[in-house]
Amino acid sequence: MSLDPDFRHGCVELIHGGGGRAMRRLIDALFLQAFDNPLLRAGDDQACFQVAPGRMVMTTDSHVISPLFFPGGDIGALAVHGTVNDVCMAGAVPLYLSAAFILEEGFPLSDLRRIVLSMAEAAREAGVAIVTGDTKVVERGKGDGVFITTTGVGRLPENVSCSVARVAIGDRILVSGCLGDHGVAILSQRENLEFEADLRSDSQSLHDLVATMIAVDPGLHCMRDPTRGGLAATLNEIAQQAQVGMRLRENAIPVRQEVRAACEFLGLDPLYIANEGKLIAFCAPEQADALLQAMRSHPKGRDAAIIGEVIEDPRCFVRLRTGFGGERVVDWRSGDPLPRIC
Amino acid sequence: MKYIDEFRNGDYAAEVARRIHAEADPERRYRFMEFCGGHTHTLFRYGIPDLLPANVKMIHGPGCPVCVLPMARIDAAIELAVRHQVVLCSYGDMLRVPGAHRTSLQKAKSQGADVRMLYSPADALRIALENPQRQVVFFAIGFETTTPPTAAVLLKAQELKLRNFSVFCNHVLTPPAITGILEPAQQAGERIIEGLVGPGHVSVITGGGAYDSLARRYRTPIVIAGFEPLDILHSILLLVRQCNAGRYDVENQYSRAVTASGNAKAQSMAARTMTLRDSFEWRGLGWMPHSALRIRPEFADYDAERRFELSPSEARENKACECPAVLRGAKAPTDCKLFATVCTPDNPIGACMVSSEGACAAHYSYGHTR
Ligand code: SF4
Repeated sequence: MSLDPDFRHGCVELIHGGGGRAMRRLIDALFLQAFDNPLLRAGDDQACFQVAPGRMVMTTDSHVISPLFFPGGDIGALAVHGTVNDVCMAGAVPLYLSAAFILEEGFPLSDLRRIVLSMAEAAREAGVAIVTGDTKVVERGKGDGVFITTTGVGRLPENVSCSVARVAIGDRILVSGCLGDHGVAILSQRENLEFEADLRSDSQSLHDLVATMIAVDPGLHCMRDPTRGGLAATLNEIAQQAQVGMRLRENAIPVRQEVRAACEFLGLDPLYIANEGKLIAFCAPEQADALLQAMRSHPKGRDAAIIGEVIEDPRCFVRLRTGFGGERVVDWRSGDPLPRIC
Repeated sequence: MKYIDEFRNGDYAAEVARRIHAEADPERRYRFMEFCGGHTHTLFRYGIPDLLPANVKMIHGPGCPVCVLPMARIDAAIELAVRHQVVLCSYGDMLRVPGAHRTSLQKAKSQGADVRMLYSPADALRIALENPQRQVVFFAIGFETTTPPTAAVLLKAQELKLRNFSVFCNHVLTPPAITGILEPAQQAGERIIEGLVGPGHVSVITGGGAYDSLARRYRTPIVIAGFEPLDILHSILLLVRQCNAGRYDVENQYSRAVTASGNAKAQSMAARTMTLRDSFEWRGLGWMPHSALRIRPEFADYDAERRFELSPSEARENKACECPAVLRGAKAPTDCKLFATVCTPDNPIGACMVSSEGACAAHYSYGHTR
């Protein structure tokens, strides 16, 4: 039996995680080739690199998603985008990533290759190098195809300090684009739930958009990417952490027609739907217009909008002036109205 | 989508709200009950109470299928999943409703019971086909709206001669619930509401005619409303006008979907497979005669209540929980001592805090009162 992985018909087997020759061949033939860079090529168990003096940022995220492939992306690209974006939200420049894979016995090697190539592509686009990694194989039935954990490090420019601690009363709240694309694209692919929606996930790295924003307003107060739980969960989290309230205008929040229609159909609220390529920014009121213009001048921020402001509120409520003219609270999502989506 | 936008237009809304303000007599009070949980949800989601004069108050009714199911029925579902080891299929919200001893289907699931969340009864049928060696039970709940889909799977199961599929039927009926609320007040010579925002989706099936006798008997105007915010606001205006004129008619605001006689095909499917129960227990309203449906004897093979032996429930509601009074419109969620303190959507004590259509959950999630 050949130990070379058969990327056409083969499947992940337990020996691919066993630490023996089969595992080595899989790593060489797939991961090393796809992610190729000098640090990885050095072949050590760790990556050794020079850092500039100053502050570094580091973040880690595990990616479990169903389905693994969806319109506009797959778990591989998502694992890169998610972690790159978490680094970027500090205002930092992402540099390196690690990638750990937990594979389920029986998973088609062709799919694994598709995922790894897409990761490599996403990393190149974001200008980061995947410099170290790990693979483990679990028995059939003990995983969900593929889980990927990525850790990212980046360098923080001298004058930048984006943190929830700097969110202040009067701050303007901006979003970089239409909300809910990712969550609805995923839902549209779910078993039992297939509906016609010509929608692609917004999964993308925001490093370049963030660089543009930082160039205009280095004093930017805070950024977050509204992934799981959507805008609602992210704003509630920030409101709690910063002990402030927020007031939003529903009419100002960009949501695509298709997303609104799908949400209507499923009884969901777009404010609670996951995004993978959008950010929320908090800035001083006098910076808001310049920042908005800079965002809109960038392709990833074309639909950016100022959606509200930070207000004083000891109860830390996020309030929404509805398009209908009333006001309501936008609460955390409770429970999980749907199966996990990211 | 264009269609929907029109029902959410803030300018129209402001205009209708202006009329309500102009026409509502400041000397009177207008208490309107919205029967449907879906209406409760819309009211809060769009902040409609903000647009109403102080003497026009909305009172939440019992129209949330998750909320009205008594604990004993939840316990029975848990027993099916745990003791009888069936694959229990249900809609998502049901999984979180607390049963006796603070268990729930979700907790049973985490302890190994095979509980599956689904979006349509047809999925339960598919699961049964895919797992011939397992007994699959569909936990059916809801008002007249969700009855036809359940009827459809019963007919299909019979056609396929499935031997491993059954339905735990908990379908309830709207008119008896309205009676259950208005009759005691009438007997006591009291008035608890001045008007009723009638059920929209239910009426699509039953037809608007189903409410004529109720409006007359309780001298209460009913306006059947759609679920868009403008539908509700407009219905409130129509109710104000009926009150001012001393009328108590059934008006159909939702004429784009509701006819006088309803959907005959859906009604006949339900009639073929289900029949009235002598009596059924509702949370908040107690045992009410002819208020729910059971599966007809001809479909006994597909009736989980006959196929599996179910023990009597030892359910004890939390004494402090005011769900029964909330469901009758007798108390507001904020009158409950547990509201927003012990009882929250993440830790629901009563059923009204579970579904987003439950009055307590809507108050909690959208209200600024907590
Ligand atoms: S707040 Fe909770 S305990 Fe109180 S009535 Fe509502 S659901 Fe029941």
